Amino acid sequence: MSAAKLVRRRVSDIAFKIFCVGVTALALVALAAILWSLLAQGFGGLDLDVFTMSTPAAGSRGGLANAIVGSIEMCLLAMVIALTIGVLAGTWLAEYGGRSPYGAVVRFLNDVLLSAPSILVGLFVYELLVAPFHGFSGFAGAVALALLAVPVITRTTEDVLLLQSATLREAGVALGAPFSYVVRQIIWRSARGGLLTGALLAFARISGETAPLLFTALNNQFFNKPWFDLRQQTANLPVVIFNGALSAYDDLRRLAWAGALLIAVTVLAVTIVARIVAQEQKRS
Amino acid sequence: MSDAALPNAGPAAGPPVRRAAPRGSLIGQIFEGLCFAAATTLLLSLGGIIVSLVIGGWPALSKFGLGFLFSTAWNPVTDVYGAAGPIVGTLITAAVALIIALPIAGGVAFFLTELCPAPLRRPIGTAVELLAGIPSIVYGMWGLFVFAPLFARWIQLPLMSAAKPGSLLESLTTGIPNGSGILPASIILAIMILPFMAATLRELLLTVPAAVRESAYGLGATTAEVVLSVTLPYVRQGAIGAVMLGLGRALGETMAVTFIIGNSHTFPKSMFDSGSTIASTIANEFTEATSPIHTAALISLGLVLFLITFVVLGLARLLLRQQGAKL
Repeated sequence: MSAAKLVRRRVSDIAFKIFCVGVTALALVALAAILWSLLAQGFGGLDLDVFTMSTPAAGSRGGLANAIVGSIEMCLLAMVIALTIGVLAGTWLAEYGGRSPYGAVVRFLNDVLLSAPSILVGLFVYELLVAPFHGFSGFAGAVALALLAVPVITRTTEDVLLLQSATLREAGVALGAPFSYVVRQIIWRSARGGLLTGALLAFARISGETAPLLFTALNNQFFNKPWFDLRQQTANLPVVIFNGALSAYDDLRRLAWAGALLIAVTVLAVTIVARIVAQEQKRS
Repeated sequence: MSDAALPNAGPAAGPPVRRAAPRGSLIGQIFEGLCFAAATTLLLSLGGIIVSLVIGGWPALSKFGLGFLFSTAWNPVTDVYGAAGPIVGTLITAAVALIIALPIAGGVAFFLTELCPAPLRRPIGTAVELLAGIPSIVYGMWGLFVFAPLFARWIQLPLMSAAKPGSLLESLTTGIPNGSGILPASIILAIMILPFMAATLRELLLTVPAAVRESAYGLGATTAEVVLSVTLPYVRQGAIGAVMLGLGRALGETMAVTFIIGNSHTFPKSMFDSGSTIASTIANEFTEATSPIHTAALISLGLVLFLITFVVLGLARLLLRQQGAKL
């Protein structure tokens, strides 16, 4: 090998390494800058009022209490719906029909839904639940969020069920248990940790979603009356943040930053818990 | 005892045999049916999205015909709508975001798999994965309040004043120097898809068998040669799929873009001109639509977005599936 070629290889290798280190540093700096302004601006807006008062008109005192409660209600209802459908669909793919052509189609479409634009899900639910009943509602918002969570749960359910060993299924069936009983009492149980991880990841995904709520749940200046009634427009953190950030008033913008911080912290915390659960699962 | 009675005849004496299977079989069938119904619900919801978008957008589609796709008119006052502006805005911002994010995401993934010192590998990898989960509205707010003023002050203004009248640079940089427009929106979009793409690429590169990498190093290849001629080609299909997943995200992203793109429906004329994407147009106007045809036009925009992303995501999934990657 000629010396010139060696030098060229050496130089290109060094250039490549510098490039990799450089862009990694650049990316980390950009992302750190985002987290920094989120923390700085968010903590600036965070006070007791945020948790005790409803969203204000510009210029008056107020907080995010109604939006926090509305968001929690909608996310929980969405998770109940999504877990029911997602776990059953994932179970069907893993245990019953996953190898049929129909199963392949369902799996493919689930993968597409997994990353489909959330705003389109919002439009769909608008056409399905808002337009026919002439009203925005927290319930419609929850359904939209559920539709975003279902593909995540279906996917993780199928994956963790397929990880359970075939011997476990055979042992159950050999003891004389009907197959559906084996699935519910043995396979689901041994896959509990993985199912929990999937649910947490789905929750993290939907808790910050804004676009589908813009035209399903809309917004509400006040608490719902009674507070658990989702048949009316319901305040929620993402839409309050959206409106606040686009408003011209500094106090509304401060609230928006505080809300964004709350959502980001929630998402990060839930994701971290999900990772810990997944690791525990792997260890045992 | 006649032959005809045989099937019903059990042992003459003793209790009847109890069998497990028939007892559970009804519940089993119901359970399987429920599972099947849930899987079908998935199918129906995707079908429902298409059908509802077609039905909802039909008034606009039938009124404007194919011209809807090519007209740049968007006028709620005269109720004339054309989708060309938002469609082009969507494609340009997504493409530019991908061009910016791809080399950076690749660099981060290569750094994490080949160069990073072992103690830092996990923390940085975890940080990148966690950042991929941050809601996009946070990126949008940062773009609006932090990035846009800096961009206007340090990039837009110097470039605009450096541009000679009549030069190519001038035509690329015309616009209002307020930090919002096509290019800033693309940059925010790039930052948003970056962690996702980097995490996916890293995951793929980790699937390369150690023996393959090590034999390449053993033959005397440099790090650059190992990455570019061995490990990256090894996961080529999956990598293309991962890139297309990132593209799908960029195409359909609403919040990171809406804040900073400037929201005008004209055909963008320069990098700094304000524009709009399909998603940002829907987010801004849907609840304030003035007439039924306005709503229908917005839903038709949604249909266009659906068709674009469906093709991109479908291809991405097929490529990833062939690679055998679970992402």
